Amino acid sequence: MATVTTSPGAETDRLATAHRSTTTASWTAYRALLLRDLTVLRKTLNEFLPRTLLQPFLLVFVFTFVFPKIGQGVGGAGNGGPAASAFATLLVAGVVGVTILFQGIQSVALPMVQEFGYTKEIEDRVLAPLPVSMVALAKVTSGAIQGLIAALIVFPIAAVVPANPVHLHVNWPVLLTLAPLACVTASALGLTFGTRFEPRTVPLMFGVVVIPLTFLGCVYYSWTALGPIKVGGFSWLKALVLINPLVYMCEGFRAALTTAPHMSLAVVYLVLAGFAALFLYLGINGFKKRVLS
Amino acid sequence: MPAAANGDSASPREEEVIRTQGLTKVFPGGVKAVDHLDLSLQRGEIFGLLGPNGAGKTTTVGMLTSMVVPTEGEASVGGVDVIAHPARAKQGIGVVPQTNTLDRSLSVSENLYFHGRFFGMSAREAKSEAARLLEQFWLADRASAAVLELSGGMAQRLMVARAVMHKPAILFLDEPTAGLDPQSRIALWDILHELHADGQTILLTTHYMEEADQLCNRVAVMDHGRILALDTPGALKRSVGADTIVTVSADGRLDELAQLLEARVPGVTHAKRVDSTVQLGVKGSHGVLPAVVTAAEQGGFTVTDLSLAEPTLETVFINLTGKELRD
Repeated sequence: MATVTTSPGAETDRLATAHRSTTTASWTAYRALLLRDLTVLRKTLNEFLPRTLLQPFLLVFVFTFVFPKIGQGVGGAGNGGPAASAFATLLVAGVVGVTILFQGIQSVALPMVQEFGYTKEIEDRVLAPLPVSMVALAKVTSGAIQGLIAALIVFPIAAVVPANPVHLHVNWPVLLTLAPLACVTASALGLTFGTRFEPRTVPLMFGVVVIPLTFLGCVYYSWTALGPIKVGGFSWLKALVLINPLVYMCEGFRAALTTAPHMSLAVVYLVLAGFAALFLYLGINGFKKRVLS
Repeated sequence: MPAAANGDSASPREEEVIRTQGLTKVFPGGVKAVDHLDLSLQRGEIFGLLGPNGAGKTTTVGMLTSMVVPTEGEASVGGVDVIAHPARAKQGIGVVPQTNTLDRSLSVSENLYFHGRFFGMSAREAKSEAARLLEQFWLADRASAAVLELSGGMAQRLMVARAVMHKPAILFLDEPTAGLDPQSRIALWDILHELHADGQTILLTTHYMEEADQLCNRVAVMDHGRILALDTPGALKRSVGADTIVTVSADGRLDELAQLLEARVPGVTHAKRVDSTVQLGVKGSHGVLPAVVTAAEQGGFTVTDLSLAEPTLETVFINLTGKELRD
């Protein structure tokens, strides 16, 4: 074999490594973990783009382009006109919300299910010199960054594809604070799912969790519009969907992007922050449980 | 405890790289994988944990690398309490796990590059160190290949390169040659010898006695979570008390044959039935084979096969546990 080069500094290196402060070492490793994930993202853009773009594109295309063209109304819209325009506007927020949610599943939950289930690839990252909880946190951060990128590239589709004009009214302070919060929540949800589902149960995750979240997430309708669905005077659906984090994302984006009626912003921020904290707690604990025995 | 058989052994103040006291792991369900383990590794030695599957070797490595949380006991690695300060301890730990944990999303050289970055190397440093290691581990021509294209031996070498990249105080290898072809195994042994010569402290687990014998300065024989014996391979083999091991195959009641041979053959140190043979430890092999055959035939046994060998670590294991090393 080739000779091992003994650099004179080898011993000092060894000591220097050992004496780096744990905090410094941890944040350095955390940044390197992010860099690793973003490098993988760059290398797999040819997968990231179609998986991110196709679903929102089809959603917008069918609901706001095909339906108005063939005279089939959605959201109270008849054949074009202001109602169709209002629906297309409403849908922009929903599309952004659902894109971010899916990014949490696709960029965090699914890879994690695979790494825990088959490949154990995550092991080398877990052995990096930082607390295990920070490895999980790095995963959430990179998932959130991917969510932001996804939202950014999906937004133009939602604004341009519809057959009827979309009336956007951007509230920048809300948009710039809500988007990161929504992305972290979705990414932390992905971590929670990723540590709890196994490869075998992934279809269950989609069928029983992700699909209901999407359809009952105020993507295609506004939460405020659910009032009339009542049993004995109680707006049951309006109450039921409140357990769905996607509702707060979509309603928040509705407030940030349109003048359409929406849920109170204070509630949106508060509950989303609560969900983010809950999913971070569950996700990080689940991650620790999967990694350490 | 005997001094490590390496260059540092003469130094008056040996540096303890690993120290455990009463280290114990009971898994949920009550399985005691490691049972009050006391271990001390000196800087620069290659230390082997030898034992059959299920002896607790991997759990021990897991606890020392912060991946398994001990039920009780203490463990320090590189002078850092690995239970209290796992993140800090990991700075000085390099691990080659049993399974291929290379990052499939990254190329061969990127696997090294990012590992270096995790451990605080600058981009330039990580790049040049990755290139140097690829050269050293004969992987330079595969630098940009996907890791799934590597053969088992190449993947193993890459994992060793990755594990030593951040110059850890201690390198752990868990069953490093399990599943490797003989050529790759020898190549890996060469690599470990070179790393050892460079001063790398190594702890490896194995159930191949040749591996422990060939590579290790000291070997701990483990079974059921406990260390049964710990010494240099030479001393362990001498501890058997015999210089020759005679294996006798015969028909009939082998336990009785063992007793008979122990009583009648001169120089026998011990006799034991091992599966379908009887093993005798003998001091001085001169004239032992005729003596065995005569004694057996006088006792009414027909000897079908006889062989002589020097004691191995396997003999040590059989002596300690009454069973063979390989399940």
